[in-house]
Amino acid sequence: MSAQRLSEWWPLALAFVGFVLLPALDLLPTELLRLLASIGTTAISVMGLNLLLGYTGQVSLGQAAFVMVGAYTSAILARETGLSFWLSMPLAGLAAGLVGLLFGLPSLRVRGFYLAMATLAAQFIIPWVIKAPEKLATLVGWLTLGLVHPTWDSTLTGGATGLQVPAPVLFGSTLDSTRAEYLTVLAVVVVAFLFQRNVVRTRTGRALVAIRDNERAAEVLGIHPYTYKLQAFFLCALYAGIAGALQAHFRRSISPDAFTLASSIEQLGMLVVGGAGYLAGPLFGVSLFRLMQDIIVRVTPTLREIVPRLLPFVAQTDVDTSFRPLIFGLTLMLFLIYQPLGMAHGVRQLAARWRARVPSR
Amino acid sequence: MAECVVLGKPCFLLAQWLMTGVMVGSIYSLVALGLVLIVKASGIFNFAHGYLMLLGSLFCVTIFQALGEQNLWLALLVTALLMVAVGFLIERAVMRPLLGQPLLTTIMMTLALTQLMQGLITLFWGVSAIPLNIFVYGPGDMDPATGAALTGLPLKPLILESKSWLGGNIIIKQQFVLSFLVSAGLVLLFTLFFRYSRTGLVMRAVAENPRLAQAVGLRVYFTLGLAWAIAALLGAAAGIVQSGGSGVDGNTIPLLALRAFPAVLLGGLESIPGAILGGIIIGVVEVMVTGLVDSTTGQEFAPFLVLILVLLIRPQGLFGQREVERI
Repeated sequence: MSAQRLSEWWPLALAFVGFVLLPALDLLPTELLRLLASIGTTAISVMGLNLLLGYTGQVSLGQAAFVMVGAYTSAILARETGLSFWLSMPLAGLAAGLVGLLFGLPSLRVRGFYLAMATLAAQFIIPWVIKAPEKLATLVGWLTLGLVHPTWDSTLTGGATGLQVPAPVLFGSTLDSTRAEYLTVLAVVVVAFLFQRNVVRTRTGRALVAIRDNERAAEVLGIHPYTYKLQAFFLCALYAGIAGALQAHFRRSISPDAFTLASSIEQLGMLVVGGAGYLAGPLFGVSLFRLMQDIIVRVTPTLREIVPRLLPFVAQTDVDTSFRPLIFGLTLMLFLIYQPLGMAHGVRQLAARWRARVPSR
Repeated sequence: MAECVVLGKPCFLLAQWLMTGVMVGSIYSLVALGLVLIVKASGIFNFAHGYLMLLGSLFCVTIFQALGEQNLWLALLVTALLMVAVGFLIERAVMRPLLGQPLLTTIMMTLALTQLMQGLITLFWGVSAIPLNIFVYGPGDMDPATGAALTGLPLKPLILESKSWLGGNIIIKQQFVLSFLVSAGLVLLFTLFFRYSRTGLVMRAVAENPRLAQAVGLRVYFTLGLAWAIAALLGAAAGIVQSGGSGVDGNTIPLLALRAFPAVLLGGLESIPGAILGGIIIGVVEVMVTGLVDSTTGQEFAPFLVLILVLLIRPQGLFGQREVERI
């Protein structure tokens, strides 16, 4: 009996020692902490996608754009009003969620992949607005026949060059070390994870799953698909916004060119490979791809020597830029064909097999 | 005679933009046709079409250069054969294992394909734009000023006399006229092919229900492979027509394909005439907005605003069928 109780809490204790105690005592190398912090930040955004794709069955191609909304909202609030990071981060999430609703409203009425199309539009329109808000102001002026004349201009958003962002401050001390970044990200990841888990367990969560599995049947059961899909999409963008705020304040600078369609696709791929519709899916997927990217960066000098020798027409400089999308695309394809339910599903199968094993005596 | 001015711009400029827009739009129509074809045959929306365009034009450039820039027709023929092979390969290796999987999986697969193809193309051809000399008249064409071999387009702009009634002459780059003619010809060819051949019908049957189609003896796999091959051909054609003027640019061509998505949705997902009209409308919108405001607004904002409006007002598109569901 006590052995079973023990087996339930030892993973948690181990995780606490590994992820909190060791970093807090400064016993882990900075490089590792930086990697973990980057995994955590991306994982928050991918958790949002998980609520949308994994639990509701809708595709968003604009997650990076919503991360961008969060990053810029938090940065601008901190720069213009001096608002504390701890307030601007939730506000950034809220702003991203509202912008998300704006794009979700027209497309979630119709079924199929129309949300993918609307979010593709978001992925172009949002950076366009942030790079040159004055153009949007002109447009608003035209559309309201000159009644409204907004005075937005690119001093607010930094235009094409981007913004410098102040580091978060906690009880008078500036959090600008990698360790502080790691611990903050870890705290937000834990909250985001628990929230995701609770949403999935509520009535809303079950409604989302019902919509994913069969929208018609869900409707017959009295679930209003439009409302619930909107809720899921709002949460998805909200998670993106929070990830964006973390990214902006700890990287200390943001540039409008960092939030690309490729990044949105990458997040989708991370989710699918990790296991969409599994709570742990985002963590698995993001960890796998971040580790692979880290390895690619490490072996690039070797690849630069080897690849052009094997294929004489390849230029050395192209080796650097080509391997990341190449490996990403290949991994995602292999998973889609051989393990479409993702790593989390595979792990669960292994665990089940382990539990069902014949005890050897 | 009074100056003709609308929206603060002289009329001849507006007319010029309108005509250029139609011609640019013809390229979008060609891209949209390739997208609609895959939707019709397999219900898959192919996000990787832009990379098929890029691959086709890169094949063409490489073969053309390998042949000493002498024989364009041979280069085009070899490119076409290669693209057919690529189309069948994609269907066999990538899409066939997913037959019967949900829509989301197939969308993810075409997205994965974009990344894989981007990586491969970067590895083999690099990231900088490659000039494509196909419109140079013949070997030995020199730039009169520098004596260097011409890499750009030596075609003279076309001037339409309209000074008397629009207040200025309409000037149109001939490369646009050429791409318009090529696009229009190909669009016509494929529209006729689908209307008057059995293949179009078989493709619809396969899209509707692959298993049923197989049961009545249709060659499902071959038909799907054929659809991908034709889409790859159409993509290559659009890519070559586009880059004949400006060179093959790995950054702009996939973006161009993304701007054809609003065209497809505007026309109606499964409608060939819709794709053609949608492409032309998007082209006109893009060029007009580019003229009136600037090019980022025309290319990154306006087409996608159209997309949002379509979703808001008429999600099935101009010629699309409202989805009827039987439970």
